[in-house]
Amino acid sequence: MDFSLTEEQQLLQDSINQFVEREYTFDDRKKFLDSEKGFNEENWKTFGSLGWLGMPFSEEDGGYNGGPVDVMVIMENLGKGLIVEPYVPSILLSGKILADLGSDEQKTNYLHPMISGEKIITFAYIEPQSRFNLSDCLTKATASDDGFILDGYKALVHNASASDTLIVSARTSGNQCDEKGISLFLVDANTKGVSLRNYSTIDGGKASELTLENVSIPKNSLLGAMDEGFSTIDNAIDLATLGICAEAVGIMGKMNEMTLEYTKTREQFEQKLSQFQALQHRMVDNFMHYEQSKSLLVMCAAKMNDNTEDKKKALASLKYQIGLSGKHIGEESIQLHGGMGVTDEMHIGHYFKRLTTIRTLYGNSDYHLSNYASL
Amino acid sequence: MYNDVVYFALNYRGVLMNLSFSKEDQEFQQEVRTFIENNYPSEIKEKQDQGIPLSKEDTIKWHKILNDKGWLAVNWPEELGGTGWTITQKHIFQNELAAANTPTLMPFGVNMCGPVIYTFGSDEQKEFHLPKILNGDIWWCQGYSEPGSGSDLASLKTKAEKKGDVYVVNGAKTWTTLAQHADWIFCLVRTDGSGKKQEGISFLLIDMKTPGVEVKPIITIDGTHEVNMVYFDNVEVPVSNLVGEEGFGWSIAKFLLAHERTGIAGIPSLKRELDRLRDITTQIQVGEGSLKDDAMFMSKLDKLEIKLTAAEYTELRTLAAMSAGGHPGPESSILKILGTDLQQELSDLFVEAVGYYAHPFMTEEDLASNESRIGPDFAAPVMPHYLNYRKVSIYGGSNEIQRNVIAKAVLGL
Repeated sequence: MDFSLTEEQQLLQDSINQFVEREYTFDDRKKFLDSEKGFNEENWKTFGSLGWLGMPFSEEDGGYNGGPVDVMVIMENLGKGLIVEPYVPSILLSGKILADLGSDEQKTNYLHPMISGEKIITFAYIEPQSRFNLSDCLTKATASDDGFILDGYKALVHNASASDTLIVSARTSGNQCDEKGISLFLVDANTKGVSLRNYSTIDGGKASELTLENVSIPKNSLLGAMDEGFSTIDNAIDLATLGICAEAVGIMGKMNEMTLEYTKTREQFEQKLSQFQALQHRMVDNFMHYEQSKSLLVMCAAKMNDNTEDKKKALASLKYQIGLSGKHIGEESIQLHGGMGVTDEMHIGHYFKRLTTIRTLYGNSDYHLSNYASL
Repeated sequence: MYNDVVYFALNYRGVLMNLSFSKEDQEFQQEVRTFIENNYPSEIKEKQDQGIPLSKEDTIKWHKILNDKGWLAVNWPEELGGTGWTITQKHIFQNELAAANTPTLMPFGVNMCGPVIYTFGSDEQKEFHLPKILNGDIWWCQGYSEPGSGSDLASLKTKAEKKGDVYVVNGAKTWTTLAQHADWIFCLVRTDGSGKKQEGISFLLIDMKTPGVEVKPIITIDGTHEVNMVYFDNVEVPVSNLVGEEGFGWSIAKFLLAHERTGIAGIPSLKRELDRLRDITTQIQVGEGSLKDDAMFMSKLDKLEIKLTAAEYTELRTLAAMSAGGHPGPESSILKILGTDLQQELSDLFVEAVGYYAHPFMTEEDLASNESRIGPDFAAPVMPHYLNYRKVSIYGGSNEIQRNVIAKAVLGL
């Protein structure tokens, strides 16, 4: 048994931590959030030049052949810095889909410039009624003489306003919740009939509601085989789930650190808060939640390439735990900070908000517990 | 469902049980309902029902409507403008207000400063302040917590030095709710630093317009401006604004803590909100059905309802003990913990219910604007509410402090 990182992974971790320390103070982050795109393009190019964007992809796709553990290392450490650059929607979702399904031409036009940091591509798949069900898809694509016509509505499309291209899931056959009959399309963001309603999300991100109205796209927009998009979507969401769980573990570790620090400084009743046994036990519980989450994360990263059932069980366990521990550590950290915890000025609240959205993203604890039970 | 029949009076030892209202109480209930129906302004109701933040004017308007009817200072002595209601009637009244989702009135004047003034104040203070509190002419805020004094309130440092016929006040107060609207602030200040820390504290009324008072906003994690820092820089306050004797402030603070605390659990609002969430589950589309078909979610709602019922009956037992002549003592600490726990859990269930539509960040301006909201209307306020409600287990004596009170005063530890 060896859970330690390889030398390369250790270096990767160090370089991300260094970046966060030097380039990503809270003041910097606030500036990035307030900008039009909601993140910093220079940072994104830096991620590209440091090889982080290409990590999950094979060498022939222009990547670095990284595996799930590398994704874990990247996301856990980006989590510590509360990074808002669109690594998950662009790299882990869209990148994964392009790598799995893209033709040579599509990879050249989309995946390669994405890996180098020139292009941002997001994935639009959530619909108002779909909740966490990936096969629930009402958006329709119908074949036309020279391609396809898209009609429908997608919710919470992360970083859509900063994206050059969208990957859109649409039904080409079957009923609302059938797995078969969903196809994936590349849609240029400037195409006629594509409209976005942009907004900020509670965790500091940007997202959009996407309306597709009689959107005409060429034949070569189709990714992979017609009607067969579901398993690719499912795989991409799995990788993104691992990613945000790693991010959550990074956040939880950081929140525990900040809470310990705060209670060692703050005095009430002529004592440091950290000296009250009632509070010590609660910090121990937070620490245990973190350790349990980290253990399932490591387990899951190790099983991502296993047969489907093992992988699915590992992911369901992990996301279930992240939901529980995210709530526990999130709420307790705020409580232990007292009134200061609810101020916008303290960093802890910003970590709390990201952790809170992660609880829902790609399915909450209930959803993953049901998944687990069905496996 | 909201109960028409409430359970009075329960003997808190559990011997006698009379679980229905008397005929008079039923008539009273009807009177309250009719009054609300006829007098609750529709424009305020609409805002409340849509989760749009109320303006200062909205709150004052409702305050004045209740006062005109003589139903504002429910707990004040009758001769000063109180209602003379029985505890059952007060209970019915609060339930009906909550069921109708009327605005929460600012407690600082009518529930806090008012009782302090009529109990401990000078004739001059009574004459000046009590009518203005009733009329809603003065908006009060509370100056208790300080940056270094949260749970350990008695360690407060804001200093009031007597110089001739004024106190010169220097220091800072924090978490001052809606101080940006306030005309006056009641403060705990230190008039003596020599003895035991509780003994040198005094209760002072300060006009916010006095030179040297400065209010600075604190923005909270839900993006709103509800609380403030209030700074005092050589603020001269007439000695006549001292309530009670010098050094009597801590006793007044303790009086306030024990006073009017039974409503603190917010049970009636919790019942209304829980019913609303049940209703919302039928409106949240999940695939071809609704969230109501999700057994795991619905069982969480049921668990919460059972917990709420337990809290409700705990409150009723406290009320019954009070109507039998007892005092609400440390029991109010139980209710504070139970109530705030439920408020937070319910706010989390709302977040869970609306799924991804809890993620768009809706500012107060967004909520108030005419533009359509992102996702269903009911979804927009849930995340700000969840985040904002982290405060309820922290304010009013944190739940840790409440547990200390129970350990000490109830369990004798």
